[in-house]
Amino acid sequence: MLSRVAEELYWMSRHLERAENMARIVNVNENLLMDLPVKIPFGWQSTISITGGDDVFYDHYDEPDEKNVIRFIIADTNNASSILSCISRARENVRTTRDIIPRESWELLNDLYQKIKNNMSTALGKRGRNAFLNSIIGDVHRITGLLAGTMSQDEGYCFLRLGRNLERADMTTRIIDVRSANLIAELENELTPFGNIQWVSVLKSLTAYQMYRQYSKTRVKGALVLKFLLQCEEFPRSFSHCINEVKKCLEELPNNDEPLREIASLQRLNTNTDIGKLAKSGFHDHIDLLQAQLASLHNCIDKSYFLTELD
Amino acid sequence: MTINWKEYGNDDCYDELITQAGVPRAHARQLSKYLKSLSTADLQERKAASDLAITVMGVTYTVYNEQGRVETIWPFDIIPRIINMKEWETLQAGLKQRVDALNMFISDLYSEQRILKDKVVPRFLIEGSKNFRKQSIGVKPPLGIWAHICGSDVIRDKDGKYYVLEDNLRVPSGVSYMLENRLVSKRIFPDLFEMYRIQPVDDYPSQLFDTLASVSPQPEEYPEVVVLTPGVYNSAYFEHAYLAQQMGVELVEGRDLLVGDDDCVYMRTIDGLEKVDVVYRRIDDMFLDPEVFYKDSTLGVKGLMRAWKKGNVTLANAPGCGVADDKVLYAFVPEIIKYYLDQDSILNNVPTYLCYRENDLDHVLKNLDKLVVKPANEAGGYGMLIGPKSTKKERAAMARMIKKNPREYVAQPMINLSTAPTLIGDKLEPRHLDLRPFILSGQQTHVTMGGLTRVALKKNSIVVNSSQGGGSKDTWIVDMSGK
Repeated sequence: MLSRVAEELYWMSRHLERAENMARIVNVNENLLMDLPVKIPFGWQSTISITGGDDVFYDHYDEPDEKNVIRFIIADTNNASSILSCISRARENVRTTRDIIPRESWELLNDLYQKIKNNMSTALGKRGRNAFLNSIIGDVHRITGLLAGTMSQDEGYCFLRLGRNLERADMTTRIIDVRSANLIAELENELTPFGNIQWVSVLKSLTAYQMYRQYSKTRVKGALVLKFLLQCEEFPRSFSHCINEVKKCLEELPNNDEPLREIASLQRLNTNTDIGKLAKSGFHDHIDLLQAQLASLHNCIDKSYFLTELD
Repeated sequence: MTINWKEYGNDDCYDELITQAGVPRAHARQLSKYLKSLSTADLQERKAASDLAITVMGVTYTVYNEQGRVETIWPFDIIPRIINMKEWETLQAGLKQRVDALNMFISDLYSEQRILKDKVVPRFLIEGSKNFRKQSIGVKPPLGIWAHICGSDVIRDKDGKYYVLEDNLRVPSGVSYMLENRLVSKRIFPDLFEMYRIQPVDDYPSQLFDTLASVSPQPEEYPEVVVLTPGVYNSAYFEHAYLAQQMGVELVEGRDLLVGDDDCVYMRTIDGLEKVDVVYRRIDDMFLDPEVFYKDSTLGVKGLMRAWKKGNVTLANAPGCGVADDKVLYAFVPEIIKYYLDQDSILNNVPTYLCYRENDLDHVLKNLDKLVVKPANEAGGYGMLIGPKSTKKERAAMARMIKKNPREYVAQPMINLSTAPTLIGDKLEPRHLDLRPFILSGQQTHVTMGGLTRVALKKNSIVVNSSQGGGSKDTWIVDMSGK
């Protein structure tokens, strides 16, 4: 497989995954805001911080109010992580790899892109937004499912899985980091009713609520939520699971010595940590460390597969 | 829908489907009957279905305007152009003959040059040709084939006879539209595919692969074939990707390839470097190798010509084969066929005046208002003068250019291209068209069943180019025997 093509596939699935996550984050935030009383200081700001987009946002907008943030996250092409940017870049990635992936997936992605571009006003208005975002999430699932069901599980598919799981791992840490910041402080205290729904929203941002309930039979507890999202081996969006998937992909690829070593160190860092203890102090630093190691894993993959040179 | 062929109005030229008396030709009868059975709404519904299918397939070409790069859908007319199989067989044989002779001609030009020594073609024409590559002299490509893929433009004059207008031997494009048009037709007119015996076109990608594999430097081993594209910004990128996908080979850009110290071509893969045997290149000669041609070309591969000359890689088409699509040499094709094959040309050439000949020059300058003047070495209709539609000023400017460089100009009588019914709004109207069949040369020679029909959608226009209001139609070769 061509190095350039492997790279495009990897980024295509990262972009798709990111678009799906952004759609979910907006949906959940909106839902949460309807439930929270006005006096709780919780708005749209945190959704920008999740993608690290604060600087770009304030270059173009003054107030992080609903209208601005929604536009920024869904439709603004200045924001590299906006849904429109992600889908449009995924489409560009596929455009140059159309000879590799099943043609129907290109048709679906093309449809999705046209749909987003042509229905922007629905997305920005309050009434149709939820349905619109759900249909984006559904379309991304269709593409992922189509690829899983029709593409040979070869090296190309490996790079798709690799990108998807790395992006998921990254997004999980980001959501935990930003969403739990104001909740962690309250961990020790009794949970207020509103603390509870905020932890639930963290779970829902990752479609993890139902699976969490099966995993933990007790009421929603902050430390347990964090442990579930970081260390549960079974839940597909938990950090542990994603990293394990990345490892499985790498095991199928050639020249995998260095990336596998990176993975091993990342797994050690994640599993050897007592989340309960960390939640009291140093949790944010721990997440930073995980993210730094993810970045270094990406660089290692980049070097091993995407930049082939004469020896 | 109500169609009155008597009022169809194809007065001054040959119509592919309808006679001058307003009666459908034998091969168009069923189509006509079928169209009449549809309501206007039915037809519009099929038109809408075809637009949707094309959008969803992502069949696009790229144009540039003030806003930057825009992807445009090439208009597709749903009414097929139908050709009787019997008539097609002659055309097919003629195209094979032509391309076989042209390959022998190019091969000769880069080796012994017998045809020049025998003075059948004047030597100065070759030495002065912009597309003659002295770097290719002495190279012996596998099977002696230089033009592996050729797209010839065929037209039909008022007399109903076919003429070859030009042979595109460099990087002819359009075959992907031929394939996609068929897919669309099948989706919207499945019933017609039951009524007619329509010859399939979809084996083109596998024939293309077989052709390329047969000219590999090591034909005994399974060859590594790649399609080399200038990249996603090229207007024909869609086609490059499509063909690579359909052949199951890598679509590479210049930056994916490199030439090693062993003068072999390699591509960069996730397993490291892999050797490449055949490059189907969709890049012009001059951009192929910065070591030999344009020094600042970033599209090509440094050392590619070295690898080719050593016989370590096959380039299709071979560098320098464009020498034979010079429009001055076009006039010599009947003699070229006679010289190499000792046969008479099956297909007609359009009579061509060569301005380097004094008598011809005189005639051309006196009759500029009646002739079509073309530069000898431009593709895509650039720099042409259509005499009857030109202004006095344009003719004067052209006369100056011709006098300055007579070798580079040819002139032909104006040919009124044939027409076929085309859906314009709710009505069928005659529109002018041409045909580009594709000819593959390897161990065997294949001609596509039909080809790409391009149609000028503007009334009375004879310019079929996509950039100037042209569209395309599906082309059906139908077997009418026993009907």
